[in-house]
Amino acid sequence: MTAASGLAAENSARPAPDWTAYLKDAILAALVAALLALPLMGLQTYDIGGGALGIRTHFDWVAIAAAAVFVGRLALRLWPRLHRRGDRRGDTAFARLAAWANRRLFAITLAGIALAVALPFLPFSSRYLIDLGTTVLIYVMLGWGLNVVVGLAGLLDLGYVAFYAVGAYTFALLARDLGFTFWEALPFSGLVAAGFGVILGFPVLRLRGDYLAIVTLGFGEIIRIVLLNWSPVTGGPNGISDIPRPTFLGLPFARSAPEGVTTFHQFFGLEFSPDQRVIFIYFVILTLALVTNLFTLRLRRLPIGRAWEALREDEVACRALGINPTNVKLSAFGIGAMLGGFAGCFFATRQGFISPESFAFTESATILAIVVLGGMGSQMGVVLAAMLLVTLPEFGRAFAEFRMLIFGAAMVAIMVWRPRGLLAHREPSLRLGARPSST
Amino acid sequence: MAYFLQQLINGLTLGSIYGLIAIGYTMVYGIIGMINFAHGEIYMIGAFISIIAFLVLGLAGISYVPLALALVLVTTMLFTAIYGWAVERVAYRPLRGSPRLAPLISAIGTSIFLQNYVQILQGARAKPMPPLVQGGFTVFESGGFAVRLSYLQLLIMLTTLVLMAGFTTLIAATSLGRAQRACEQDMPMAALLGIDVDRVISTTFVMGAALAAVAGLMVTLYYGVVDFFIGFLAGVKAFTAAVLGGIGSLPGAVLGGVLIGLIEAFWSGYFSVEYKDVSVFVVLILVLVLRPTGLLGRPELEKV
Repeated sequence: MTAASGLAAENSARPAPDWTAYLKDAILAALVAALLALPLMGLQTYDIGGGALGIRTHFDWVAIAAAAVFVGRLALRLWPRLHRRGDRRGDTAFARLAAWANRRLFAITLAGIALAVALPFLPFSSRYLIDLGTTVLIYVMLGWGLNVVVGLAGLLDLGYVAFYAVGAYTFALLARDLGFTFWEALPFSGLVAAGFGVILGFPVLRLRGDYLAIVTLGFGEIIRIVLLNWSPVTGGPNGISDIPRPTFLGLPFARSAPEGVTTFHQFFGLEFSPDQRVIFIYFVILTLALVTNLFTLRLRRLPIGRAWEALREDEVACRALGINPTNVKLSAFGIGAMLGGFAGCFFATRQGFISPESFAFTESATILAIVVLGGMGSQMGVVLAAMLLVTLPEFGRAFAEFRMLIFGAAMVAIMVWRPRGLLAHREPSLRLGARPSST
Repeated sequence: MAYFLQQLINGLTLGSIYGLIAIGYTMVYGIIGMINFAHGEIYMIGAFISIIAFLVLGLAGISYVPLALALVLVTTMLFTAIYGWAVERVAYRPLRGSPRLAPLISAIGTSIFLQNYVQILQGARAKPMPPLVQGGFTVFESGGFAVRLSYLQLLIMLTTLVLMAGFTTLIAATSLGRAQRACEQDMPMAALLGIDVDRVISTTFVMGAALAAVAGLMVTLYYGVVDFFIGFLAGVKAFTAAVLGGIGSLPGAVLGGVLIGLIEAFWSGYFSVEYKDVSVFVVLILVLVLRPTGLLGRPELEKV
């Protein structure tokens, strides 16, 4: 049936829509929806006290759900007919956007950076917007870090948040017990996270594909459970608070500094404003993210980066050519972990408080979704996907309880719509012979 | 000794439940080679539907326990199976033949969606369920410590064994099972030979979901409490069980489930309850590193 209608759509002289078949199909879908909705939507349990449950019916909701599915299904079948270019219209539009973005990469990058730098000073800018921008940039940085592992080396990591957590806790512990500041702790956070990456990577990197995914997921959970239960050191579920804020070359951002310390606004003779710190933190993460990007772009041009991509494409061939897969994968895993550690260190100093709750599996899933939705290996795609996934729940704040519901549905929808990611436009970084002209 | 035996019984019960879920993972992974990440949520939905079914039966005035159990079993399996079918149809089928990561992301999205769907509709608080099957007998007694085997535990173990035997036969001896094995070996070839591949895959999801529904019902009866978050951890553990037993093998999945259940029970019995989940993950990592094909799995050949 689907194949037949697809063929028909290509035909220029299209036959009239087959209404009976469409209606039958939509009615069937509505019936299934009604059956799905009946137990969970139609019959709701609630506490009636004394540890017992009551039940109330909501059959109107079931009817609404079935009707919505009926209309949606019918629209989905009719949609291709309303457009001349056939049913892949949205797809080709985005593909063209991806190709265009790829051609104008340099200009778009410059414009993007300029916009990012100017953001705090734009007339409509607010503290809320800068905070949101900081959050987006954290995810951009995490996405770029994970992109090294997933996009370049092709290793599926479902526990990336573990390294983020390790970085955050490294800084928090160094600050609490040894009095480190943010800038002193930053390299250590990266190093410790990289160390964890290598320790985990060494035994498991010879596993392939999905097995690796599930092991990394397990590792992420182990880290979280240990953080949760090792109370004497990590503070358990209460986490660690009073993590020091970053300073500008030793100048703290505070209304009044302790004896002998000059604050930022005193040094520059400015009026004190809490926004200064927010803006500064924004620029810190912007710098970190840009350095990450530059770093990975350079790595791609080094032999090691070439080896990652080659390994992603064909492991057997790589081995035949004398590349040691374990070492190459380990380097990708370690570098990805290090970048995650940096991001974690920044997260700790930005929040001022961390607890295991911030490092649940949903975080890993979100970061991975950013990489995959953006189009694996595409640096620009990561930015686009991070903006989409971070701001999407913000819009949903009005109806907060549906946030994650929409988030999950959006993940499915985008994957079904563009399985290769939004800005997937994969070109080999290196090719033999002349490059075919792209215009 | 008595304490050991009691942990053994507890572990076997828990393991049977994991085994039932693991069968769903192993069948799906065997056929289309993807981790059906939403399978844990299907099990959670099964548990919720079973509670709702019990409540409805209670309102209808059916109080004869075996009849109520049978009715709930059938309705739960039916409705959960529809969920399994719908998930495959909406989130996985359009992605057939796309890059390997796409279905996995879609599955994670489905899992997040279903969790929140149930949370919004049924509330975030844990749902209590009064014990329905009570009683049991003392297997062994020493030093004032009686080892109890409740009827419910016996029921769970027996159900798992029967279902495992039934499904193994189904795969080994029916035409549907033959079609499934054909799809597992070579999907394009099976399609060329006239097997409706989409239908076989759908059936696999339906079967997996029905078994997960049984597990959901059992866990509702056993623990007497269900919330919307139980699917994630159970799902990961069941997948571990499937890998431990050897992906693609039904008896392997149950064996793996039982081993995971035993490890968990003994670990919490003798070491610490807080780290019982860590023990499972450590076992997972060890198994994959030392014996990636699992206990009963066939070695995977690498084709160039």
